[in-house]
Order: sequence, then structure tokens, then C-alpha cells
Amino acid sequence: MVTRKSIIGKPDMLLIILYLFLVGFGWFSIFSASAQDSGVSLFDFSQRYGKQLVWIALSLFLAFSVLLIDSKFFSTYAYLFYGLMIIVLIGVLLFGSTVAGSRSWFQFGGFAIQPAEFAKFATALALAKYLDSRNTDLRKFNSKFWVAVIIFLPSALILLQNDTGSALVYFAFFLVLFREGLSGWFIFLGFLFGLLFILTIVFGELYITAILIAIVTLMLLFRKKIRKNWKPVIAGLIITIGFIFTVHFAFHKVLEPHQRVRIQVLLGLKKDPLGAGYNVNQSKIAIGSGGFTGKGYFKGMLTRNHFVPEQSTDFIFSTIGEERGFIGSTVLILAFLALLIRIIILAERQRSAFARIYGYGVASILFFHFAINIAMTVGFAPVVGIPLPFFSYGGSSLWAFTILLFIFVKQDASRLSVL
Amino acid sequence: MYKKDFSNRKYFVIGLFVLIVILFVVRLYYLQVVNNKYKLSARNIALRTVTEYPARGRIYDRNNNLLVYNDAVYDLMVIPRQVKKIDTLKFCQLLGITPAIFKKQMKKAKHYSYYKPSIFLKQLSKKDKGPIGELMYEFPGFYFQTRLLRHYPKPIAAHLLGSVGEVNNRDLKKDSYYKQGDYIGKSGIEKFYEKELRGKKGSSIVEVDVHNRVIDKFQGGRFDTLAIPGEDIKLSLDSRLQSFGQKLMRNKIGSIVAIEPATGEILAMITSPSYNPNLLVGRKRSANYVKLLHDSLKPLMNRAVIGTYPPGSTFKLVNALIALQNKVITPNTSFTCQGPDSKPIACSHYHISPLKLEDAIALSCNSYFWKTYKKILNNPHFKNSHEAYADWYKKVSSFGFGHRFKTDIPFERAGNIPSENYFNHLYRGSWNALTIRSLSIGQGEILVTPVQLANLSAILANRGYYITPHFLIHASRSDSLSVKVNKKYNVDVENPNYYKTVIDAMEKVFDNKEGTARFYFMKDITQAGKTGTVQNPHGKDHSIFIAFAPVDHPRIAIAVVVENAGFGSTWAAPIASLMIEKYLTGHIKRKALEKRIEDGDLIHNK
Ligand SMILES: [Zn+2]
Repeated sequence: MVTRKSIIGKPDMLLIILYLFLVGFGWFSIFSASAQDSGVSLFDFSQRYGKQLVWIALSLFLAFSVLLIDSKFFSTYAYLFYGLMIIVLIGVLLFGSTVAGSRSWFQFGGFAIQPAEFAKFATALALAKYLDSRNTDLRKFNSKFWVAVIIFLPSALILLQNDTGSALVYFAFFLVLFREGLSGWFIFLGFLFGLLFILTIVFGELYITAILIAIVTLMLLFRKKIRKNWKPVIAGLIITIGFIFTVHFAFHKVLEPHQRVRIQVLLGLKKDPLGAGYNVNQSKIAIGSGGFTGKGYFKGMLTRNHFVPEQSTDFIFSTIGEERGFIGSTVLILAFLALLIRIIILAERQRSAFARIYGYGVASILFFHFAINIAMTVGFAPVVGIPLPFFSYGGSSLWAFTILLFIFVKQDASRLSVL
Repeated sequence: MYKKDFSNRKYFVIGLFVLIVILFVVRLYYLQVVNNKYKLSARNIALRTVTEYPARGRIYDRNNNLLVYNDAVYDLMVIPRQVKKIDTLKFCQLLGITPAIFKKQMKKAKHYSYYKPSIFLKQLSKKDKGPIGELMYEFPGFYFQTRLLRHYPKPIAAHLLGSVGEVNNRDLKKDSYYKQGDYIGKSGIEKFYEKELRGKKGSSIVEVDVHNRVIDKFQGGRFDTLAIPGEDIKLSLDSRLQSFGQKLMRNKIGSIVAIEPATGEILAMITSPSYNPNLLVGRKRSANYVKLLHDSLKPLMNRAVIGTYPPGSTFKLVNALIALQNKVITPNTSFTCQGPDSKPIACSHYHISPLKLEDAIALSCNSYFWKTYKKILNNPHFKNSHEAYADWYKKVSSFGFGHRFKTDIPFERAGNIPSENYFNHLYRGSWNALTIRSLSIGQGEILVTPVQLANLSAILANRGYYITPHFLIHASRSDSLSVKVNKKYNVDVENPNYYKTVIDAMEKVFDNKEGTARFYFMKDITQAGKTGTVQNPHGKDHSIFIAFAPVDHPRIAIAVVVENAGFGSTWAAPIASLMIEKYLTGHIKRKALEKRIEDGDLIHNK
């Protein structure tokens, strides 16, 4: 006989407390954002706050269930999860229903589920399992290739569902790869290409190409060292120019017009306070008007009166900004920071590489969501519609994040049993 | 897996987290604490100042009959964004408009703002609103907004009551109280007592949602102010007398002013032709205004205060009083007259000669007053006739001529009493009584307004003083106001005996068998009056009459001017007498006379 305690192991209480704090804080914010003044009943399941209460109850059940499952179960069946998830993602593309332009939902009666949310933990598991395997060496091309496949296959399928935000999340795994030894050059190159991306959109592809060619020509003319190594330099130049034209093409031909406008508004190329800039502008005003201490719970003039679109989902942070002010917003952000750092610390103390890598995967995904979501509401990033973990209204995302986190809590709780 | 340890890279990862968090905290500090712009924007977005318009004060007559009150009309408002799938045809039918108008108004509203309300149809009456009123729920995005418009239960006194209209740029600049679209008194009493009548606007700040629906009072109404309704105003006007006068003046050009001598309160001020004050209210205001403006009979002109006329023979009373005061004649002084053959001023008719003052007034002898005037100007008491003229000028002015009363009478003109300097300029210093002889019989450069003539009548009734003519009796909350318009002036002729002579003569105008108003004698009411006929170079003479009654305890003093009516005795005198009868007894016994005057048409069949 094993006691339940020994089955669960010793879960990290700090993580659980932070999780409960964020979920609770989130629910109160949804309550304020979605409750009407007349007739508030906590268990009114036609209202978002009522539904979210059900989602939260189910999440706690899921969390508990995950803690009861043997920790090896997840590493053993990681590829199976991943494979099933890929099949589901394809299934959604074929049979799913479309909500707000994204074909990413499975409808079960009055109840919808978004598989993309669950693909994240499956990918994290698969990636951890692959990197943990004996034959993997990130310095080798073969390993790099398979890592790229694991990461970008679900990402591509999600992109096909027209859910750009969720697809971008997979770039977060670069952080995991970095920790696991991927050369810092990749990060540097990633940054460089990001910069080129922005410059190309702002100044146009021809200018940037001309300037690059001019710089390289001058260097070839005046630097002997570089002239000697002209082959890789020219190759680099050609790749870069190829990238610039790809960006140009992608930006103008592949992106949907509304996505293009969002980026242009963010980069200050376009003013559109009633169109693409509307959400962000209203959100900034709501947050800004909160002041130092906020207007008080249930006093958010803008967020309660529906001035901020998507206020209980992607823009939930604006409710906190308006009602809780600088202090409340900072407390929330610091709670996230604490959660992220705690996960890293716990990940680093794992004996098994699988658990550590998975931990980094969890932290990276949460971080990406957190950073992009907040950046979006304060006007730092384009509106890419991804939820704030544990906070935003919605069952799928809450359950997926809960499972994601609690698989890690379970790994950590039973770390001493790993030999 | 290769075994090189990369665990140091955790610091980079944690560093990245911390960096981003610091970035966010700094950004939030900037948005929420440093920058005030967003707080203001938030107020602009989610708060609306709703102005509460107070009801404008009502206006009553001296017997507390309503002259002006407020009537509700309804502006149909639209918020284009909220207009969803409505049955346009039904909507148009209910409102009685064409689909073309609907399209046009919708376009206008959208052009103004997609989110903010604008006026779709202005000032619908309760009747217009009726059919659609109960079906409004079928037409989301539309709603009614109540406005108060002036309404006049009786179509009288349009000129002096004035009108109310939307503020213009000048009003906005002058007084920051007004905002675009507010109403303001444009003329007359409405303008003069604007501050009292308008009350004070209130405002409340409300929270609205993104659909511009009012959610709640902002902070429980902490910043709201209540509207204070306008003051009710009681005017000295007698609306019965006023409408009676308007009836008598139908189809005649001219005016009537009646004053209560003891108080200076104006009982009636009639100008003809007139118009219905209800025409200058609401939707049709500007169209009607333009029509009235271009009417050749100038119905917009208040002849009682801007019509200036030579006073004619009525002015003989003033000259008689000044001559008595200056002791250049006595009541017993008599002068001869050769009738129309008299020089240098012809008399209008032959009569017994010589005459004493009393008869000269009653028979309106021109020769007598020319001779009297000569005595006034050649008075040995003064160095020369110019100095004597200056003294005369001063005394005439003390009767209220040549300047405005500056009370609440709208748009008065000063009239004109020519000054000594005027003649010095005109005749290069060399002039004497003969040069300006027409002043002796109230002709020439002298111009007076009907209200000044009525005031002259009041001076005679009071035997030597007047209270400035005015309209206000009181305003409901500011009693002190009436003091401003209530000043007593003593005339420079004060001896009551002088007045007795003149008033006896004025009584003879009614009761002497040769009196010019003998047909309008009444047994039970004593009347004193004086005719005047003013030569009009453009056509038939103007007919003037002043009178007061009862003679011993006067309650009404009156002046009547009828343009192009010929002798004062034919039209002006009976009108004055009928007004007196109406005011003092409340009804008219002389039905035939009343009918003759009412039916008289001096405009259309000349
Ligand atoms: Zn004569």
C-alpha cells in the first residue's frame, strides 16, 4: 500500500500558491469585466464569470489528477501525446469550426475546445524527450533538424488554422534550446533578423538591400582580412538579401491585411485610432487612467463599460490596470516573475534532464504568453491575440496551462524517486 | 546527449525575465503615474456632461394672466451606429417624411459622428410625435429629447415681449455662460430680463458605455449641480386692454401707448401692423422672420418706440405750461387770430377772436401759440433770445423729450429736440423766434415717440411729474429690480395752477360744443385730451391724440398715433377714448363707435 502522499510526492507549495493566486486574481478581474450591475449571481452560468468558475473547478480537478499520475507516465508517452496532438490539429483543420476567423475549435454542443492550447504541453514533452535522448547533439545538423520539426510542425498546423498568435508561441522553445546548448549565435542571428525585419518594413526592401551591398562592398575593398574570406561573406550577404525579400513578400502577400495593419500601427507607420489601433489605444487609456492606486474594484469606468474590446480575454490586463492601478499591476507582474523564476530554479535542481528541459519549456511558454500579452496591452507589441496565462477567460487555455504547469509540478514532486 | 554543462545560461534566462519585467514596470509607471494624458482621455471617453436646462421663467400681465409660457417639443435624435435593421418605410410613414429626407438626414448625422447623437428631426410637436412615440422600441438608435419652446396663449404684444432664439457667435463671446445651441432672449423683455428669465443651467456628469448609453451618475452625482428654474416676471401690461387696442388698430398704421400715471407702468403698448408672436418660435422661426422682414408695412418695427413724429398741436400744451412758468403770459392773456389768413403762421380755421389761453388750447389756435412762443424767446429776463431758447430747451427736455427713458422699454429712440447749437450751425448764428416759429405749434425739427407723448399725458395727469415708463412690476426672486426702472422726475413747470388752466382746456376738448373730441364725450367718465394733426409730406396727415382720465384722479394716460389718417379727431381721438372706457369700465357701451373704428381700413382702401 502506498499512501496518497507518497503517490503525489512533495509538490512545491510556492508554485501551487502562485498558481492559485493568479487563477483567483484572474477570476475576480473577469468578474468585474463581465458582471453587469443588475442582478449579479456568482453561479449564473450564462455569464462569463460563472462559466469561468466552472472552468477553474475543472482545472483544480485536472491539476490534482496530474499529481496522481506516475511521473514517468509523461516521459514514457511523450511522443504518443505529441503524435495524437498532431492528428487532432490536422483534424481541426478538416472538421473544426471557425470562431473569429480562426478554424481552431472543436465544438461539442454548447461547449468548444481549442486543441492548439493543448499542443503546447505535448510539444514541450516531446522536445524534452528528444533532447534527453542519448543520440541528440545540438551541434549536429541532424539533431537541429529534428528539433526544428518537433517545434515547427504543430506551429505550422496552427498557422494554417489562421491562429497566428498561438503559432508564434513556439518560438519560445528557442529559450529551451539555448539553455540546452544551442549556440548563442542563433539568438544573436535571431535578433539581427528581427531587426532586419522591422527595418525592411519601415524603410522598404530596396533601401535596406542597397545599404547592405554598399557596406559589404566597402568592407571587401578596404579590409584585406575580409577579402580573403570573401566566400562566406558573399554567401551571408545573399542569404540576408533573400531574407529581406522574403520578409517583403511575406509582409505584403502572405499576411492578412488586418495583421499587416496591426504591425504598421505598432511601428508608427500608420495612425488608425478607430481601426487596428483602437484596441490598444483604449487599453492604454484604461490602464493609464488607473493611476497609482487604481479606481477600485468594480469601478473601472472604461473596462466595465465595454470600451476595451476583448476585455475579459486577451485584454484582461487592462481591467487590472484600471481598477488596481500601478500597484496592482506591478503585484501581478511580480507574481508572474516569481512564478517564472521559481520554475527555472526548480528545473535546475532536477536530476533528470527530461524534467529540467520540460521545466524550461513550461517557463518559456508562460514567459512568451505573459510578455507578448502585457506588451500588447501597453502598446509594445502588435495585437496578436494570445491569452494571459491563468488569467484570461476561457476553459481551453486555463486547462492547458494548468496541465502544462502541473506536469512539471509532478516531475519536481517526485524528483527524488528518479535515479 | 553531450555532457557539457550549460547551467550558467540559467542566469541569462532569468536575466531576460527580469529585464522584461523591469521594462513593463517602467512602462506602467509612465502610463499610470507620470503621464496625465490617459486620465483625461478616459474622462472624455467614458464621461458625458449632461446639461440640465431650466425652464425659462413665465411672463404674466398685471392681472396675473399668462402672456408667455413654455411648451414642450421633441427633437428626434439619432445615433447612427446603433441604428440596426429598421423598417425604414414604416418609420418614414409614421413621421410623415419621405425616404429621401430620411436618407439625407441619416447621411448628415453619419457625417457629424457615427457614435454621437445628432438631431434627426427638429422640434416635433406632441401631435407629430404621437404615432411613432409608442413604437420607438422598433427603431433602435433613435430617441426623443424634450426641448422647451416659448408659447404665447394670446397673439399679443409680440414686439415688446420679444423672442427667444439660439445664441449666435457674438452672444457666445460676450458671456461664457452660453454654449452652442443654447437659447437666449433676442429682443424685448426676453432680452432685457434674460438673466432673470433664463435661470441657471445645471449639469450632471454621467458614465456612459461604449454605445453611449448612460450607465450611472459619475461618483454618485458628487459633481452635479441642479438647474435653477428661471424667474417668473410680472409685467404692468393689461392683456385685455392690449388685445382690445390691437383690435382697434387693425388695418391701420400707428401705435397706442397707455400708462398708469401714478406709477409709470405701461398698461398697453400697441404697434400696428403687428404679428403673432407664435410665428417666431420653433422650426419656422427663420422663414417667418424673413417674411416679416420683407413686408412693405414693416410689421417688425415697434412704432410705439421707434416711430418718431412731430408732436403737432399736442405740443402746444408744453409751450403753454413753459410760458406760464416763465410768466410771459397769464391764463388771461389773449391774442387775436385771423384764421387761415394769420401771419406768419396760418390758423387752421376761423374762430372767435381774440382768445384767452384756455380757449386757444381747446380750439388749437396756431396764432395764439406763435405769439406765445415769440414771448418765450423774447423774454427780457434773458440776455437774448438764444439764452431764452436754451432755457426753453432745458424745460422741454424735463418733460422727457429728446432722450431715452432707459428702462426696460425695448429699442426706444430718443426723438429730437433741436439744441441751440443746432440752430447756430444751421443759421450761422443769426436766428430768432421767427426763424424757428414752427416749433411753436410742434412742427419742424421736433420729433417725439408715442411713448414720450403718452408720458406727456401722464405728466399732465400727475400735474407736474412722471415716473419713468416701464413694464416690470416684479420678478419672482429679485424684487429690487423694479427700483432700477422706477425713477421719479419732476418737470420744470411745477405750479399746479398752471396745470389747472391747461387741463381745464383739455376737458373742453371733450365737453365744449366746439371741442375737437366732443363726439367722444362720456357722461360717467371725465376725460381730458388734445388732438394733434401732423403734416406729412408723403401723404395724408398723421392723426395724433393724447388724453387721460378720469380728470381728477387719473388712472390712465394715453397717446394714440394713426399714420395717414387725417385729422386727429377722426381716428386717434375715438381710439384713445375707447381705450379709456375699456380700461376704466371693462366693457364698451359705444358699440357703434367701436365697430366703426374696428372696421376702419386705412391701409387697403385709401
Ligand atoms: Zn386761431
